Amino acid sequence: MGDALFLHRLHFGFTITFHYLFPQLTMGLALLVAVLEVTSLARRDDRLHQAARFWTRIFGVNFLFGVVTGIPMEFQFGTSWAGFSRYAGGVIGQTLALEGVFAFFLESSFLGLVLYGEGRIGRRGVTAAAVLLFLGSWLSGFFIVATHAFMEHPVGYRISPDGTLALASLWQVLSNPWLRWEFPHVMMGAVQTGAFAMAGTGAFYLLLGRHLEQARIFVRTGVVAGAVASVLQIAPTGDVQGRLVAEHQPVALAALEGLFESGPGAPLALVGQPDVERRRLDNPILVPYALSFLTYRRWMAEVKGLDAFPVEEWPSSVPLVYYAYHVMVGLGTLFIAVMLSAAWLLARGALFRSRAMLWVLLLAVPFPYVANTAGWFAAEAGRQRWLVYGLFRTADGVSRQVSSGNALFTLLGFMGMYALLAIVFLFVVGREIAHGPAPEPPAPAAATR
Amino acid sequence: MGTLFFCFVALLLAGYVALDGYDLGAGILHLRVARDDAERRQVLATIGPLWDGNEVYLVAAGGTLFFAFPLLYAVSFSGFYLPLMIALWLLMGRGVAIELRNHLEAAPWRQFFDAVFSLSSGLLGFFLGVALGNVVRGVPLGSDRVFLQPLWSGVGAGQAAGGAAGVIDPYTALVGATAFAVLAEHGALWIAHRTEGPVRERARALAPRLWAISLALTVGTSVATFFVQPHIPQAMAAGPWRAAFPAAAVLACLGAPLLHLRGRDGAAFAAWSAFLALLLATAAFGLYPWVLPSSIDPALSLTVEQAQAADASLRTGAAWWVPGVALGIGYTVYVHRCFSGRVPRG
Ligand code: HDD
Ligand code: HEM
Ligand code: HEM
Repeated sequence: MGDALFLHRLHFGFTITFHYLFPQLTMGLALLVAVLEVTSLARRDDRLHQAARFWTRIFGVNFLFGVVTGIPMEFQFGTSWAGFSRYAGGVIGQTLALEGVFAFFLESSFLGLVLYGEGRIGRRGVTAAAVLLFLGSWLSGFFIVATHAFMEHPVGYRISPDGTLALASLWQVLSNPWLRWEFPHVMMGAVQTGAFAMAGTGAFYLLLGRHLEQARIFVRTGVVAGAVASVLQIAPTGDVQGRLVAEHQPVALAALEGLFESGPGAPLALVGQPDVERRRLDNPILVPYALSFLTYRRWMAEVKGLDAFPVEEWPSSVPLVYYAYHVMVGLGTLFIAVMLSAAWLLARGALFRSRAMLWVLLLAVPFPYVANTAGWFAAEAGRQRWLVYGLFRTADGVSRQVSSGNALFTLLGFMGMYALLAIVFLFVVGREIAHGPAPEPPAPAAATR
Repeated sequence: MGTLFFCFVALLLAGYVALDGYDLGAGILHLRVARDDAERRQVLATIGPLWDGNEVYLVAAGGTLFFAFPLLYAVSFSGFYLPLMIALWLLMGRGVAIELRNHLEAAPWRQFFDAVFSLSSGLLGFFLGVALGNVVRGVPLGSDRVFLQPLWSGVGAGQAAGGAAGVIDPYTALVGATAFAVLAEHGALWIAHRTEGPVRERARALAPRLWAISLALTVGTSVATFFVQPHIPQAMAAGPWRAAFPAAAVLACLGAPLLHLRGRDGAAFAAWSAFLALLLATAAFGLYPWVLPSSIDPALSLTVEQAQAADASLRTGAAWWVPGVALGIGYTVYVHRCFSGRVPRG
């Protein structure tokens, strides 16, 4: 059975990781496109509208990939995690269905209008549709993160006579204190992905000397949004989330930080490799007392290390949790440095001439994806051994009758399929970028009434 | 409460079949009615802005099933593990093909995507029917409430362990063929309704033939169903209200070609949509109160009452589900209004 459990976890982890590559850009760009359209209308500036049109085309391709990779996620709860679905479906089924009913209908109906509707509903109509699209995609993020927050910190449920979970209060599930910080943190991560993509594309055109006017709009919009989001990512959202983990999942915190020994005045490990066998961190660089301070705001506070818990309670892979967390936090710190210096150059009017900074912006594009993925690995692997924290073990959640052979078959199928999808995606988006934000030919309006 | 949500899920599925049904149907006929690039773009333009919204009915039905009938969701989705995964791959292929065709001009790409679109639509239509056939026929559900079906059984496949019928057996294949035919007719009526010029003429010429095939297969499936699932005729005899759905379906099925011959394309399409929705309702309410029949012992069939979540959860669910889905249907109507009218060639 252990083998099948591992494959089902890999299956879910692989497909959700691939799926999440797309929604993060969707949610980030949805905000930026809506802002561009609204300001364009308010300032009567057609260039901003042109910029928005360019990004809408990329948005459309990206959205498509989000949709086709998202539908398997919805079904996998039932196919691979039947035990979990049966146990928790009464609660998390509601948040997932809320997402379908309130968010997906909105998104997919209005995307068609944003993409193809200008000849039919006019500029104002398209702007309104872009705002609704933004609303829909963030709502979808909200409900899915609500589902996840319930797994990390279950609230608002009741245990039925047959042992399964029933919903006691939808309001409590949707106002979960965990969700209150997780949602803005995840959304800031998405805005960073969108902002870096926009700024990086603008930087690319500036370095090439093409589409200069549009490129400046991209860089300006991306840098302003990125600077704000990168700061909010750490404080307050990331910081509070860390303290929530310390309070509710102390063993996960110890794994995130690579802290093997409990004690007062715990140090913060910047780098180092967890050696689980010898229970220590190899080659560490430590900041003394910093972890105690960050978690409890007192330099000498007592922080529980892994030694305070029996090994069976540890996350199943401590090094994975530790590395994922450190990649996220390390990159998050770098992003602030990059975006604030770019913003400073922008304010002084020197950014568009600074080839070095433009290069940095261009090369930075993939890294928010890395940070977002790493963040999810930290959260998901850190919760491990529990599927619903404190209530339900991962091992009990799997579909028992689906053998490891079947799981491997479909895992390989998804891997092959997603490899092809990734190639086609990069190819199509690459062509859009090579084509650039040239003025569009007049829409074939009224040709079809 | 469980019964109410049974109706809700049936409503979403009926919406899915009527709406995404025309996308699938258009895909099935795509290569047949559209001969050159301009014509293919014409067919695709009729569904381009709409198919994604139509697919949401499936996602919403899945979500509603999940929270209203967690046990059914868990048992059936894991039991149909492989066929569901294959259906997901087909859905992915279809979505990608529809959209990316517009982004790549080179002829080989377009021909490739056209073929993927058509093939995946056809297979999906068939598999939707097979899925329905399985739910009607029943699955080897024991008292432990798990099952896993072999993919196929019958001719040439050898008997699987325990002699369980496969996901594809002669009966479900018949239902699959029926679904393929009625969806192809749906696509023909849709294309006739939304295009002009030679494409429309070809679709109009196909419609009567597809209608005759659909009728023959539907009658065959109905007869076979009475033997395969005796619960349905028994239930209809005990509660004649259930017979209202097949009766209305017959009317819609006969009405569609009459309207079509009079040149009322839109009305014919609407009648056929109603026919598809009513077929689904016939099956759903024929089975009710069962949600998943057991082929081992009818007494082990899963019922609404056993599968449903706690009443209190469902009351909360109904409070947001009704306005939410009303809103969703509102969006569907609105975008169909925005994108109505005939699409010209190219
Ligand atoms: C661009 C992306 C990004 C960046 C730069 C950061 N994060 Fe993050 N973080 C995420 C993207 C993310 C995420 C992918 O959105 C996660 C995964 C699950 C979640 O709630 O959000 C996450 C989770 C997450 C968690 C929860 C882990 C758990 O639940 O076990 C904590 C404590 C932090 N983050 C803290 C931080 C801090 C202190 C950062 C400072 C530099 C930071 N994150 C930067
Ligand atoms: C917000 C919605 C999410 C939900 C409801 C969710 C739920 C789940 C479930 C049910 C599992 C399988 C059981 C387990 O191994 O714990 C899982 C595992 C996993 N998820 Fe998530 N997940 C979400 C988001 C994400 C995202 C966005 C990513 C990555 C980018 C991710 C990465 C993973 C990984 C890597 C695993 C395997 C972890 C392991 O086995 O150690 N998850 N998640
Ligand atoms: C296990 C978890 C997840 C499930 C079950 C899931 C499910 C889905 C489904 C079914 C779709 C297709 C929607 C359509 O047909 O229009 C989709 C797309 C989407 N998902 Fe996920 N998803 C998961 C994880 C996530 C996460 C973690 C996020 C963000 C925080 C997210 C945000 C979105 C968004 C914004 C879309 C719209 C399409 C796109 O972004 O390209 N999803 N998801």
